[in-house]
Amino acid sequence: MRAIGIILAGGNNKKMGVLSQKRAISALPMAGSYRAIDFSLSNMTNSQVKKVAVITQYNSLSLNEHLSSSKWWNFGRKQGGLFVFTPSITPTNANWYRGTADSIYQNIKFLKDSHEPYVVIASGDGIYKLDYGDVLEYHIAKKADITMVCKRLPESEDLCRFGLVKLSDDNRVVDIDEKPMVATSNIVNCGVYVIRRRLLIELLEQCADEERYDFVRDVLVRYKNVKKIYAYPLTTYWGNISSIPAYYKTNMDFLDARVRDYFFHQYPDVYSKVDDNPPAKYNPGSHVRNSLVSSGCIINGTIENSILFKQAYIGNNCVIRNSIILNDVYIGDNTVIENCIVESHDTIKANMTYVGSPDNIRVVVEKNIRYDF
Amino acid sequence: MIAMLLAGGQGSRLGVLTARVAKPAVAFGGKYRIIDFPLSNCINSGIDTVGVLTQYQPLKLNTHIGIGIPWDLDRNIGGVTVLPPYEKSRNSEWYTGTANAIYQNLNYMEMYNPEYVLILSGDHIYKMDYEVMLDYHKANNADITIAAMPVPMEEAHRFGILVTDDRNQITQFEEKPANPSSNLASMGIYIFNWKVLKEALIALSDEPGCDFGKHVIPYCFGGGKRIFAYEYNGYWKDVGTLTSYWEANMELIDIIPVFNLYEEYWKIYTKSDILPPQYISADSMIERSIIGEGTSVYGSVYNSVIGSGVTIGKGAVVSNSIIMQDVVIGEGSVIEKAIIADKTEIGANVRMGVGEFAPSKLDPKVYNADLVTVGEESFIPDGVTIGKNTAISGVTEKDDYPDGNLASGEYVIKAGGVQ
Repeated sequence: MRAIGIILAGGNNKKMGVLSQKRAISALPMAGSYRAIDFSLSNMTNSQVKKVAVITQYNSLSLNEHLSSSKWWNFGRKQGGLFVFTPSITPTNANWYRGTADSIYQNIKFLKDSHEPYVVIASGDGIYKLDYGDVLEYHIAKKADITMVCKRLPESEDLCRFGLVKLSDDNRVVDIDEKPMVATSNIVNCGVYVIRRRLLIELLEQCADEERYDFVRDVLVRYKNVKKIYAYPLTTYWGNISSIPAYYKTNMDFLDARVRDYFFHQYPDVYSKVDDNPPAKYNPGSHVRNSLVSSGCIINGTIENSILFKQAYIGNNCVIRNSIILNDVYIGDNTVIENCIVESHDTIKANMTYVGSPDNIRVVVEKNIRYDF
Repeated sequence: MIAMLLAGGQGSRLGVLTARVAKPAVAFGGKYRIIDFPLSNCINSGIDTVGVLTQYQPLKLNTHIGIGIPWDLDRNIGGVTVLPPYEKSRNSEWYTGTANAIYQNLNYMEMYNPEYVLILSGDHIYKMDYEVMLDYHKANNADITIAAMPVPMEEAHRFGILVTDDRNQITQFEEKPANPSSNLASMGIYIFNWKVLKEALIALSDEPGCDFGKHVIPYCFGGGKRIFAYEYNGYWKDVGTLTSYWEANMELIDIIPVFNLYEEYWKIYTKSDILPPQYISADSMIERSIIGEGTSVYGSVYNSVIGSGVTIGKGAVVSNSIIMQDVVIGEGSVIEKAIIADKTEIGANVRMGVGEFAPSKLDPKVYNADLVTVGEESFIPDGVTIGKNTAISGVTEKDDYPDGNLASGEYVIKAGGVQ
């Protein structure tokens, strides 16, 4: 692959509410066994991108923990590898990353020291499979300056959360509306770009000179008429986690046999850090239906249409419906949980009831009191 | 201290399960392989240099161990080294016995020049802190320490039996005695002072089939060495027979198992590349079972141990069984008391484990319980009925089952599978 990779995983998203209190958006647990960034990282390694930088800033600890070793994604190499860039103070700079463009600019040495002609920039929170090699081929065939991956969504989606693009007949981007008040298009920017490395350096240096910091607003939008920006249409599954309802829905999509088969059983695989949990255990009284259960879970109660992340303990006579139970949650006996997302490491006492509604998913955050004795 | 892990044995009493893999590489407990237990014990005990001696069907074992990443045994110095038998300028031979295998790797141990050498076998299920045993060894100023556990007196004749004085120093050693004078059985775990081991191995180098229990220990004992028994009272299971293998697996599904894999302390590590969660469909029923990652269950599972990447079809019922990795069980099949090895495919509406027990026509020493045993990468066609105490291996066809039926005690061993 003639490209290096950059994964933008630095931002926060206020719409994620308490779920982003203790972790970066890209570190959000996904689909039982994964974290959001695993999808773009696996895409990078499966596209034969050998050298990848992950740029993090907000709550970077969670992400650093997950990326503590690069070997799970096959990046433990002498050539290339995985680099994690958090903001650092230098003689010429004492700022945090002030935006996506700035975050790359502050690490421009990574770009300048590489020799690959192209760069793939991906956001760390997209849930999809994509061979970036195909995007690069498209980029070259279109003689594009910048190629952005776009996905056409149904009109019923809340489109105003996204960057919306308007395309000409041959997929050239003619307009970009970043999170408009009224939807102007149903084609959304997936936050994946291919660009020539030297052009990116040039654009970023220009931006820095003008004290501009955002890649979309200050590069894509401003240059759309002078540079050829093309859209690569993504036709396969693309899930996003840009709000709590979207996070809930994208997880629940994995209960659909087609989505599950696409991600879990079709080539290429999605990789993640290995946790060494024992197999899941079903005790007498367990009744699990249409659910995903991860390693290390112990189940004594009823689970329906739910996703249990790793090491959940479900007490006797519990009823869990339409809910997402994140990692290492303890749920005492006789507790009822419906339409909820239960935050990781929670201790839920016995005989409790937590009920949300399909239109208003309740996020349950309880203290971990298991070890307070 | 370095460890030498003997993993070359066939484990012939596991029948078709070890037809193509060494016993230490046989799956156990849903996602593990038997060798994961001693290897995890090593790293959890702070031993980071482990030589694994392989001989019988080593391919799966080699790929499983790799460079030791799952056990954190990928080290700059030490780590895990797979030690197969090798050709020498003269006297080339296979590993003829446990001690002979170690003898042939004197160079490996010499390279690290350790103070102590821990000898382990790769076919037991247990958690043990070898460092505590080493402390005991040092405190006794011992030359050799043998881990031992009390066994029922009526079973003592199957083991190497240790007779000790009140300070646990061994006063008498009996290998598989007819009339045992103690019930303290050797677990096949030894700590040697390196110099003592080296001297004994060189002295016994011409002994045919040189074995620790039969030759080295008696030799050292005769030479007046200080040999101590380290009494161990935790869970330890030899899974050498189909029945003990089945029982040890079934013990894992108790509500609070004696051998608990769910403790944060003393984790068991394994090479696992299947990460997705398991999916349980809307019509499924699962009770008293453990199930590995990436498995899809569309049928029902009771009292069973299911590995990773397994598919259990709609309407299928699996009970009292052990299903290893990547097995596919067809729709409507009923599986009762079976052990089904890796990558086997079972057609639809197969009935397994029906009828009454009958003595095995293949090998009554190996097959002597109600169990149906299916070797790895086998195939069983739709609609057949299989009796108890049967063995199946390879790609079988309808014609292999007279009237669609394999009676109790019968067997089908075919070529195929990995070729």
